[in-house]
Amino acid sequence: MTSKSVESRSEATVLFAGDSGDGMQLTGTQFTMATAHAMNDLATLPDFPAEIRAPIGTTYGVSGFQLKFGSTNIRTPGDEVDLLVAMNPAALKVNVDRVRVGGTILVNSNAFDKRNFELAKMDSNPLSDGSLDKYVVIQIELTRLTREALADSKLNQKEIDRSKNMFALGLALWMYSRPVQPAMDWIKKKFAKQPDIRDANLHLLNKGIHYGETTDAFAFQIEIEPAKLPTGKYRAIQGIEALAMGLVAAGQKSGLGIFYGSYPITPASDLLHALSRYKNYDVMTMQTEDEIAAIGTAIGASFGGKIGVTGTSGPGLALKTEGLGLALMLELPLVVVHVMRGGPSTGLPTKTEQSDLLQALYSRNGDSPLPILAASTAGDCFETAYEACRIAVKYMTPVIVLADGFLANGAEPWLIPNPDDLADFDVQFARKKNGVIDGKEVYLPYKRDEKTLSRPWAIPGTTGLTHRIGGLEKEHETGNVSYDGENHQLMTDIRHDKVQRVNQEVKPLEIFGDQSGDVLLVGWGSTRGSIEAAVARTRNAGHKVGAVHLRYVSPLPLDLPEIAGKFKKLIVPELNNGQLVKLLRAEYLLPFEPFCKVKGQPFRASEIEDKILEEIG
Amino acid sequence: MTDKEKNTPEDGARKPKLPPGMVPRSPKMPPGIASKTAAAKTPASAASASKTTSASSGRTKPGTAKPPGKRPGLPPSKKMPPAGGDGATSELKYTRADFSSDQDVRWCPGCGDYAVLATTQRLMPELGVRPEDTVFISGIGCSSRFPYYMNTYGMHSIHGRAPAFATGLKASRPDLDVWVITGDGDALSIGGNHLIHLMRRNVNLQILLFNNQIYGLTKGQYSPTSEVGKVTKSTPFGSVDHPFNPSAVVLGADATFVARTMDRDPKHMKSILMQAHAHTGTGFVEVYQNCNIFNDGAFFEYTEKTSKAERTIFIETGKPLVYENGTKGLRLNGLEMESLDLESGNYSVDDCLVYDDASRDLAGVMSRLFWKENMPQPFGVFYREERDTYDQLLHDQVSDVLKKRGPGSIEDLLHSGDTWTIE
Ligand SMILES: Cc1ncc(C[n+]2csc(CCOP(=O)(O)OP(=O)(O)O)c2C)c(N)n1
Ligand code: SF4
Ligand SMILES: [Mg+2]
Repeated sequence: MTSKSVESRSEATVLFAGDSGDGMQLTGTQFTMATAHAMNDLATLPDFPAEIRAPIGTTYGVSGFQLKFGSTNIRTPGDEVDLLVAMNPAALKVNVDRVRVGGTILVNSNAFDKRNFELAKMDSNPLSDGSLDKYVVIQIELTRLTREALADSKLNQKEIDRSKNMFALGLALWMYSRPVQPAMDWIKKKFAKQPDIRDANLHLLNKGIHYGETTDAFAFQIEIEPAKLPTGKYRAIQGIEALAMGLVAAGQKSGLGIFYGSYPITPASDLLHALSRYKNYDVMTMQTEDEIAAIGTAIGASFGGKIGVTGTSGPGLALKTEGLGLALMLELPLVVVHVMRGGPSTGLPTKTEQSDLLQALYSRNGDSPLPILAASTAGDCFETAYEACRIAVKYMTPVIVLADGFLANGAEPWLIPNPDDLADFDVQFARKKNGVIDGKEVYLPYKRDEKTLSRPWAIPGTTGLTHRIGGLEKEHETGNVSYDGENHQLMTDIRHDKVQRVNQEVKPLEIFGDQSGDVLLVGWGSTRGSIEAAVARTRNAGHKVGAVHLRYVSPLPLDLPEIAGKFKKLIVPELNNGQLVKLLRAEYLLPFEPFCKVKGQPFRASEIEDKILEEIG
Repeated sequence: MTDKEKNTPEDGARKPKLPPGMVPRSPKMPPGIASKTAAAKTPASAASASKTTSASSGRTKPGTAKPPGKRPGLPPSKKMPPAGGDGATSELKYTRADFSSDQDVRWCPGCGDYAVLATTQRLMPELGVRPEDTVFISGIGCSSRFPYYMNTYGMHSIHGRAPAFATGLKASRPDLDVWVITGDGDALSIGGNHLIHLMRRNVNLQILLFNNQIYGLTKGQYSPTSEVGKVTKSTPFGSVDHPFNPSAVVLGADATFVARTMDRDPKHMKSILMQAHAHTGTGFVEVYQNCNIFNDGAFFEYTEKTSKAERTIFIETGKPLVYENGTKGLRLNGLEMESLDLESGNYSVDDCLVYDDASRDLAGVMSRLFWKENMPQPFGVFYREERDTYDQLLHDQVSDVLKKRGPGSIEDLLHSGDTWTIE
């Protein structure tokens, strides 16, 4: 059909931006699905305001969805945007600086009127004042074209205007030679019961494609070859979905099932949403009255023999603090999934940050160590959640999983794992008395396993093993209340050593890039993509750079000092004001240097690249 | 005042035996390499050495002991998940001793808590529930030490949150018989939120609120049930806080079983606890409990022989509201109770209101007698209602979904939605 030429590229970054009500998240998601079907590698960055429907036309109401895709290994959602779709002046104003010089900006010119300039606090029309000269600007009368296309439809004006994102989607799909079938299938399914809306959307989608094919403004189509990903079956996955599935997998593999207690909070709510749909997967969920109750119900369930899990974000972790301390004292398995967001206090609820690491480590009263795992990619969320459950059960300890808003909402193609490959669980409920006191057989709830230092798990209902646990210091082995100083010292040491022994489970660190050289980057969590992209770039430029990424931030790995010794400079990039770097310095007495950012956005690979170059000098 | 938490000689007097692989801690190691024990250096490989044991190890058949707290008349619900009981049955007759732990009870001599403990331990054998299927969960306070003294499963949790722990346990293990122990500060101050949500959910368990109108464990500050003007360490000039009326609070939260009893009437207490246990749903029992150290005599008006008859009324469904040895009675005048002098010749027992604990309105009026100076204080079951329990509804929902969708496997879940293959 199309007579236009096709240009081949290895990668591209597209950003859809508009009002919160413009359906940009949906447009981005559908573009992502089409891209996944085109077998490109990809990474996404949804970015939306904290308000549900922020005032129309304002800069703070702008919602964006960025994705980078390509035939190569895509590690980040992209530094510079090749195509910006801006539905109104505010969306343009907020995002224009992200567009690379020479990049394309596609605007809905009908929205560029006086009223919207005022709402976006713009003095002049950017389409005519020359400020966009370094870009290729394509003006489309999206509102008018949409109204014309749907002149015969039964939808009302508001519904019609709201559909214009489908036109934009169709056009963007055409521009990048994406398959249109996934979006069509989705529309048909989603609006099966509303044929008018379904037909209008399908019609507009096709109109958008047709517009690309026939309009002179579009001289060529861009094509991006499929990526050379490992073979197998794939799906697109968001971090939050992967967390949910990792928990479900753990519940099933262990045979224990999952109990999830949670109180809604952005962005962790989606975990509650996901798990509450999985009631037939041996998952029980409960929306509690607050975060304290959430962790309480989870601990109660753990006491009864389930894997108790609770999830939260932002200030929610503060409320779980006391419960975490108790779980640590009770030595029951518990997993706390904490999806970090901008802080302190309510902070930036919809923006990403890694600033709760020290809180996760140290917010509890007393010496209260526990294992902390951080997920590094959307797909890694699955493994991390699973691993956290396994450790929690094996070591009889609460475990914190750290993720963040970027990980939770971002998506990537994911090679679907084979559940048979998942590590086995080691669940052994206590059935028998395990000690003798004064010639009498007794159950010692705090008797230790030789290898793990974990205590036995006797669940209520087990004959002969009645016992009481609680937050008061436990006497070694008997678990009776004890205020004895020697005993407290011993129990404190055991609790510490137990967490250290989790290092038995930790795989040796792998160095990405050069195995020795000038700069070593040490990262954790969602910064992995940006860090590795920066390492790849600087190595391409001839520098000797490596990176290690920690899944376990507690206990800290044993082999880091050895690796650190092979590099001249040690840099710790993190999305906070310098937290892991403090830990590393204190633990290893080595000159780790911070590289920090707290702007509500993930690192751009270029920012880390610049930092590396600066260090090399 | 003596420190009730002070060390007793037997605490840790034995030299603690070290767990394997642990060395007595030498002075703090220098900062640096993480490993502080020999075993911490063991390589990772050992992790997968042992075989997975399926969860079934702890959960075979439900015990044949009476399924605690099930709906009367219902067979042990098939909908419920497998019980945690290990199938051991008990033909044994239990005695009080079977429910008493080996721990020394450490309340102050004379404390009202002893009476509640003794009554509960005496009651348990009559309930037909194995100690192993019974769980006591408490918050923090003098009263919350209770679970340590029961030879059942137990958890001494954190201040105010026992209802949350109990809800999570009961929701996931409905086969267990769960009791919550709490104090007036624990339940109504720091834990007020959890208390009301427990009530509205109607989780099938019993909750005993030890009301001594004081913070005992923290040595005598006024509590949310202390009367206005109460002089305590934290209110040297008298409290200006308006107090809570516990039964009215829980009625306001749609509790399905509300009762009050007192430490000094073990017979009444036992009967009330028995009824709370028989109730399907949350059985709320407020116990007037004397703290002889920090609030001695708070309830003597109701509990002591000299004034008990005059100042209390024991209510029972189907019986007329009479008190003071039958010389006085109560009836409704509009929406208020009025006291009748049955010796005056003007009124007889027939004029007195016949109590009905199925009436929420009546329960409201009864609970509000709390505020009336010249009225007797009611004891007994204020209110009783059959309503589906949270744990039952939760499991019904799970089995509905299971019926509709069949048991899901992780394999299905991973492959759900849009997938594609790269060859
Ligand atoms: C988070 C927290 N805050 C405060 C305390 C201190 N504290 C322990 S018990 C208690 C009050 C207990 O009063 P009540 O519930 O009436 O129990 P009683 O001792 O009277 O039986 C307080 C304030 C605590 N343990 N935890
Ligand atoms: S409630 Fe009062 S009498 Fe009882 S143990 Fe506590 S301080 Fe002592
Ligand atoms: Mg009290």
